[in-house]
Amino acid sequence: MEKILNPEALDQKIAECTEKLNDKLSGKGGKRAILVCGGTGCLANDSQPIFDKIAEELKARHLDDKVSVTRVGCFGMCSQGPFVKILPEDTLYCKVKPADVERIMTESIEGGKIIEDLLYVNPVNGEKIVHQGDIPFYKKQQKVALHGVSTIDPLEIEESLGCDGFKALRKVLTSMKPQEVIDEVLKSGLRGRGGGGFPTGRKWQFAANVNAPQKYIVCNGDEGDPGAFMDESMLEGNPYAVVEGMEIAGYAFGATEGYFYVRAEYPVAVARLKNAIAEMRKAGLIGKNILGTGWNFDVHLREGAGAFVCGEETALLNSIEGKRGMPRPRPPYPAIKGLWGCPTCVNNVETLAQIGYIIRIGS
Amino acid sequence: MKIRLEVIKDVREICQQHKDEPSPLIVILEEVQKKYGYVPVELQEVISEETGVPAAEIYGVVTFYSFFSLTPKGKYVIHVCLGTACYVKNAQSVLDKLCTILGIKPGQTTEDGLFTIEAVRCMGACALAPAVSVNGKVFPRVQPTEVEKIIKEFRDQEGK
Ligand SMILES: Cc1cc2nc3c(=O)[nH]c(=O)nc-3n(C[C@H](O)[C@H](O)[C@H](O)COP(=O)(O)O)c2cc1C
Ligand code: FES
Repeated sequence: MEKILNPEALDQKIAECTEKLNDKLSGKGGKRAILVCGGTGCLANDSQPIFDKIAEELKARHLDDKVSVTRVGCFGMCSQGPFVKILPEDTLYCKVKPADVERIMTESIEGGKIIEDLLYVNPVNGEKIVHQGDIPFYKKQQKVALHGVSTIDPLEIEESLGCDGFKALRKVLTSMKPQEVIDEVLKSGLRGRGGGGFPTGRKWQFAANVNAPQKYIVCNGDEGDPGAFMDESMLEGNPYAVVEGMEIAGYAFGATEGYFYVRAEYPVAVARLKNAIAEMRKAGLIGKNILGTGWNFDVHLREGAGAFVCGEETALLNSIEGKRGMPRPRPPYPAIKGLWGCPTCVNNVETLAQIGYIIRIGS
Repeated sequence: MKIRLEVIKDVREICQQHKDEPSPLIVILEEVQKKYGYVPVELQEVISEETGVPAAEIYGVVTFYSFFSLTPKGKYVIHVCLGTACYVKNAQSVLDKLCTILGIKPGQTTEDGLFTIEAVRCMGACALAPAVSVNGKVFPRVQPTEVEKIIKEFRDQEGK
């Protein structure tokens, strides 16, 4: 994407991308969209070959100008995957195998029928459910941190822009003072999602109060707790939102550089985050003079090297500094003396993923 | 162990590529590990010369993180997840079975240089427990009885 030079150009880009994404999802002009889950859980169950085969079949049947196919992030119900969802009908097929693709094409896409044996079965009463929106698991959900996940193509910055991406960054850069951002986050009551539960606004306030030429914001993506993969699904499903949250944090307490620390056990997340950072750099959303506002921010990515303790923030900082990941005694707290001795806030992935929403909607 | 000259040259180059970054040691080690499958003491000394980080400190870092290895890893690196979810789904038996079949312990490599077994922490694929991955490809719900077949698949690929 070409560089976005100012806030107005961003607004225009957002409007274009939003229309495009909405058209795609709502089936405008009689078009349809197929979404295939490309989260780690479903990838392990052959969702890549399923995606490839759908793309191939669409071409072979000359349907590729009427039906699109997108690989999206985790649907959150990996045990029922791989998922194939058809829009605008909202038909959801579960536990799909590559061998099912032909049937889906012939019977469902071309024939307009529902394939009964691929539907979700409600474990409570054995009923089959056609639409994703009717599945009890999804009925009560409202996605905040996971905004856009399992809807957008995580590799395409335009889809993120079509899904509220960078509206919050624009808002803080053009109409909010750093202290107002901190106050808003304080008021929202957001607490760190990394386990400690420390109020995020207060952490930022500590770092903001220190006068220093260089400060850092670090995103903790080490996610060492067994069985947890919400950070993974965010980084895989909408990495742009996490980077946006990091930038807003940086603006709020005066950091001009951010480090992501993501565990090496998450190769898919690392690759998508890397791509997101590169795309944002191209679009001028990372780097010098962002949106022509004179504000600079740079983002780096470090991979973990396999040590549970590196999820602890001071050990993590040592690891970024290239040392053994041993925890440091506190105080001094990282907000006062962190990465390379500079004031640093360490925030969890999920914490940062919520920032954009809070700024957009208000506390 | 004798390290080939090209390798040393290449490692110096990798160091040079990162010389403008702050504290690039782990980034360099990760790149060398990924490319050559291990970071022996001889290469640590090269990295020490290039980065100015004392060799003893580099050794400390290499031995701290499970991602780095002092001996070459096999062509196929098998990760057996021993995270909580996989563990309660009998991952230990899967690991034991693998070790028996290949005649090595976790962390070791078979003599023909084909396989390395590693016990890893949660891969975030708990819905597929117990999960085993080979060079990043995840095999879901692996039973001890299926291990032999997986190994055979890779041996066949190699014609061995
Ligand atoms: C042993 C140990 C492991 C930890 N692992 C993680 C982790 O995997 N991810 C994480 O975000 N926080 C982890 N934490 C908490 C971090 O130290 C830190 O509190 C957190 O990243 C701060 O971000 P937050 O304020 O957004 O929650 C761990 C703490 C300890 C003591
Ligand atoms: S990876 Fe597909 S539902 Fe989680």
